[in-house]
Amino acid sequence: MLLTAEETARAARFFTDGITCLATRPVRLMEVCGTHTVAIFRAGIRQLLPAAVELVSGPGCPVCVTPNEYLDTAIAYSRRPGTIITTFGDMLRVPGSESSLMAEKACGADIRIVYSALDSLAIARDNPGQAVIFLAVGFETTAPTAAATILQADKQGLTNFFVLSAHKLVPPALKAILATPATKVDGFLLPGHTAAISGLEPYRFVAGQFGVPAVVTGFEALDILQGIYMLLQQLQQGQAELQNQYRRVVKTEGNPAARDILDQVYQPAGTGWRGFGEIAGSGLELTAAFRRFDAQAALPLTVAGSREPAGCRCGEVLRGLITPPACPCFGRHCTPEQPVGACMVSVEGACAAWYKYGQGRWSCE
Amino acid sequence: MCLAVPAKIIERTEYMATVEISGVTRQVSIMLLPEAAVGDYVLVHAGFAIQAIDEEEARRTLALFKELDQYAADS
Ligand code: SF4
Repeated sequence: MLLTAEETARAARFFTDGITCLATRPVRLMEVCGTHTVAIFRAGIRQLLPAAVELVSGPGCPVCVTPNEYLDTAIAYSRRPGTIITTFGDMLRVPGSESSLMAEKACGADIRIVYSALDSLAIARDNPGQAVIFLAVGFETTAPTAAATILQADKQGLTNFFVLSAHKLVPPALKAILATPATKVDGFLLPGHTAAISGLEPYRFVAGQFGVPAVVTGFEALDILQGIYMLLQQLQQGQAELQNQYRRVVKTEGNPAARDILDQVYQPAGTGWRGFGEIAGSGLELTAAFRRFDAQAALPLTVAGSREPAGCRCGEVLRGLITPPACPCFGRHCTPEQPVGACMVSVEGACAAWYKYGQGRWSCE
Repeated sequence: MCLAVPAKIIERTEYMATVEISGVTRQVSIMLLPEAAVGDYVLVHAGFAIQAIDEEEARRTLALFKELDQYAADS
């Protein structure tokens, strides 16, 4: 960020000194976004904070909150003759009830990793006899990219491109957390890149309705430290406001062009979250004009018997009720090499981050 | 998954732009950011430019961090 390492270290000290002064009572802050979780661990921010400030991860890893039912459906499609599955790489290793996309790929299923949803269109054009199904997973940041891809597919007259949508919206999940008193969150570091699309409005209820301070935060170590400092300032002064630390990217109105495209293609619907169950209005389904791109409508297929892995406590991790080391499987029979649950698989998963960066610390929990 | 990286637009057509990310060039869609112009810094996520980076605000953040740096150096 154009500061020398020494300048960064000194600015970081300003924030950590300030945080230490302001932390006069124990506080529990939730970083909602998986990208924040990883940045916090990578920069060693937990170690810089006084013991009174606890950071807990939230439901902001899209791969982790995607329930097994979705994975089982994707796996069933991958076994369907004449089908090519396109997906972001992090979905591959997530275990479903019986199998994973990786295992299916090893058995010969045509599953291709794409960098962008748009890559799926070229695959569909090159394989006119096959059905190409894109696994559309992600929050407000990613959903418009899938929507734009569907608009392109429509324009190009593609009839063999479909999406299996598991897009999710962050604010309804925050509401579910705030409605669970057991979580005890004193403040939120809100995800900067979802707010870059949605703007600030959808997050105002956190402070407005629930009286909990919230700061939309960027992803550099100094951004995160400043976000925590701003939350502690609010808590110290008894304020509850929505503040924007990440002004260089997040505008009050977000990205209206992206939201327009999203609204053309998708409409809100209820959807299931791992650990939460169904949350009303938290998902996105295709609007009538684009429903022909919905894999489940165009190529119906039934999947039964989905279940969550035995003993896995991802659900509680995702709701901020426990930290990963509290799961009896953590580090024993659940590791990134042999994951039991989604939170240990995804690079943004809380269990994976604790395991990778928290070794040696978790045993004292 | 919501990770986005800053990039500079060096060329654009109607829907696509060539951007430079740490010395490497790649093609991204600008369907979500139709007003993006050559020379702009944008955030790129999953092959799409999703938001412009406000250079004035970026400079302000940097200036703030430098100021704090000074404060910590003096104390
Ligand atoms: S440690 Fe493994 S089993 Fe336990 S909650 Fe995390 S992913 Fe699930």
